[in-house]
Amino acid sequence: MEAGEAKSKKAGGECFYEVFEEEIHQVIVGNRLFKSGERVAIGASGGKDSTVLAYVLSELNRRHNYGLDLFLLSVDEGITGYRDDSLETVKRNEVQYGLPLQIVSYKDLYGWTMDEIVKMIGLKNNCTFCGVFRRQALDRGAALLKVDKLVTGHNADDIAETVLLNILRGDIARLSRCTSITTGEDGPIPRCKPFKYTYEKEIVMYAYFKKLDYFSTECIYSPNAYRGFAREFIKDLERPRPRAILDIIKSGEDFRIATTTKMPEQGTCERCGYISSQKWCKACVLLEGLNRGLPKMGIGRPRGSGNDQKDTKARSTAKSIESKQCGSLDF
Amino acid sequence: MACNSSGCESGCYDREKDNGSKISVEDAVAGGGNQESVCVKCKCNEPMTFGDGGSDDGRFCAECFRNNVFGKFRLAVTSHAMITPSDNVLVAFSGGSSSRVALQFVHELQIKALKNYEASRDRSLPVFGVGVAFVDETAAFPALSTETVDASEWIRSTVSSLSPPAKDLHVVPVESVFGSDSLDARDRLVKLLDSVPDDTGKEDLLLHLKMLTLQKVASENGYNRLVVGSCTSRIASHVLSATVKGRGYSLSADIQHVDARWKVPIVLPLRDCVRLEITRLCHLDGLKTVELACRSQCGINDLVSSFVALLQEENPSRECTIVRTAAKLTPFYFNKIPETDDSNVPMATQRRLKRFNLKYDGSMTTEAFCPICNGPLNRSDSSDLDTFEEGQEADVLYAACCSSCRFQILPEDGSYLEQFSSFLPDHMISQVKHQKVDSQAHLREKIKDCLLLDDEEVV
Repeated sequence: MEAGEAKSKKAGGECFYEVFEEEIHQVIVGNRLFKSGERVAIGASGGKDSTVLAYVLSELNRRHNYGLDLFLLSVDEGITGYRDDSLETVKRNEVQYGLPLQIVSYKDLYGWTMDEIVKMIGLKNNCTFCGVFRRQALDRGAALLKVDKLVTGHNADDIAETVLLNILRGDIARLSRCTSITTGEDGPIPRCKPFKYTYEKEIVMYAYFKKLDYFSTECIYSPNAYRGFAREFIKDLERPRPRAILDIIKSGEDFRIATTTKMPEQGTCERCGYISSQKWCKACVLLEGLNRGLPKMGIGRPRGSGNDQKDTKARSTAKSIESKQCGSLDF
Repeated sequence: MACNSSGCESGCYDREKDNGSKISVEDAVAGGGNQESVCVKCKCNEPMTFGDGGSDDGRFCAECFRNNVFGKFRLAVTSHAMITPSDNVLVAFSGGSSSRVALQFVHELQIKALKNYEASRDRSLPVFGVGVAFVDETAAFPALSTETVDASEWIRSTVSSLSPPAKDLHVVPVESVFGSDSLDARDRLVKLLDSVPDDTGKEDLLLHLKMLTLQKVASENGYNRLVVGSCTSRIASHVLSATVKGRGYSLSADIQHVDARWKVPIVLPLRDCVRLEITRLCHLDGLKTVELACRSQCGINDLVSSFVALLQEENPSRECTIVRTAAKLTPFYFNKIPETDDSNVPMATQRRLKRFNLKYDGSMTTEAFCPICNGPLNRSDSSDLDTFEEGQEADVLYAACCSSCRFQILPEDGSYLEQFSSFLPDHMISQVKHQKVDSQAHLREKIKDCLLLDDEEVV
């Protein structure tokens, strides 16, 4: 465990926990992530990152008097044998850390569970559905809790993977945004990532030695995800050169990308009112595809000039799909 | 764009569906019962099959394939003013397939120019000159000395066969950057490389030294352009390895068609061709190549190459996408041919270059560069050189370098910095001093609006 040993050595033999916690505190303070009195929701999956995040954040909140009102926010995607188990972990965390818990489910919000979605579309592109739905689910849950900010446990390894993925996939706009420690300041709920500079290894070490209660299995639907390529590569890089992970993030921050490419023009979704750069938000497009038995809708490059969406709109006025609409919350 | 849209061999633009199919769609529709396959471009000749398992095999005839690759080369040359009639061009030749194709294409361009010259009445447009340079790395890889001698001989005969017009061949040992005393130079090179413990750092440092060698040969022999045969595939690997080394800021400088930070500007005419096309062309034209195993098998660069190879297996157009993404990064002012007051440049050429804004004003130097890798420095994270005014030369070196070179090339232990500094070639050390002066000039530039000029009256 080089990363942790390096940390302790750096601090002159101090306890690894102290150094870890102090570094997170410095990241929070140095990047002005919070303001006193804010209500903050912690995206909690029951996994190691979010468990450590909840633990450390509530500890630092106490120790340094951040003055924050902390909550746990969990998303139930409806994956049997995975999510139902990890949700039990989060319910225990609610008790262990004394943080109120809110759970939002895909079934309630969209009328579909991931199990049902995978049954329909198979194991390719399922991560796209889940990712898009989860992003919106978190925002809706945050709105229910009336919080000012959302915090997630994305660590340095995650962000490095995202930088590489965006290069591989040609997404220059996302590439310019994905290294920001705070995102969505002009959206419904800003989110931040206090673990941006923290190696996954350190988080694992912290959770393990502190004997924190977390759920450690990979999502059962993820083995084919393209992110797997980037993850394997980063693991191979970490062995000879551990700092490569932070170097990738540094590169991501330093890329010379014209500011005009940074933010797409923001509007709202015509169907549900969620923030969107297109006529319909991605979740609505995907849902429409699911409801109409067209699983490829919204996947891959747009074919033609958005004809799919125009057709969809024309037909949706005739068809009643109220029962499957995405939520009833106004934005 | 990394690949031209029409006839691109690499399989981008959703051609993956057609991978390996011999019968073109047009034939299936028009021919009906036509079982013979034809070239999808000219629709008359029989398509070539390379049998190498790569994409788009059996789609184009030999002629159309060759025209496509040469066309990309020529388009790059003309649209970036890489080679103009009054230029003297040095082709960096390693013996590998990319540089062999670059040499071949430059030669063909030269033959054409010569033909036009001889046919024209007023002989107004001179024919550009071509030389070839091979960098001998035996001092760094003593185990390869016999192979290198053989390669050298083969290169000599290859270059002499590319005549007329005749081309000078310069075989230069990499240690010549240290001076002309070969034993002393070799010694210094070995000492320098031995003092770098990181394998990747050593590899990269050797690459920087090779470039300095090429620059030295070029400027000492009157060349004003350096042709490097880097193809799309190599650039894709470079994009990822630069990202992984924290060199995101300087990346866009390295991957453009023109790199004029150097005394002799570097041009990359094969930047839009993928390695598959290049190896196929060598096969088609019977161009022999030699691969000297001058690279270590460990280190970050090797990991990246394996990763790109893996991605290519999954999707043959991935390397094009990587380069296309990186091409969207903002280039630097020096990624264009510099404007020079050259009376030798024909008027027609001057007019064309001005009209298409293909040159930049050479007096603009707003960037500071790392003395080791020559990468432009991100001002926001480079140390303030002025604080080292009084300090040791070694400290100044540390402050002047980019964070990547500091980590993988400079010695970790600060006490060895002085010694390391003494091993560096003089050119790199002079860059350190140059940067210090520039930093002052740069600061002055930033605050000049607030400075009183000597002849201004104080109101």
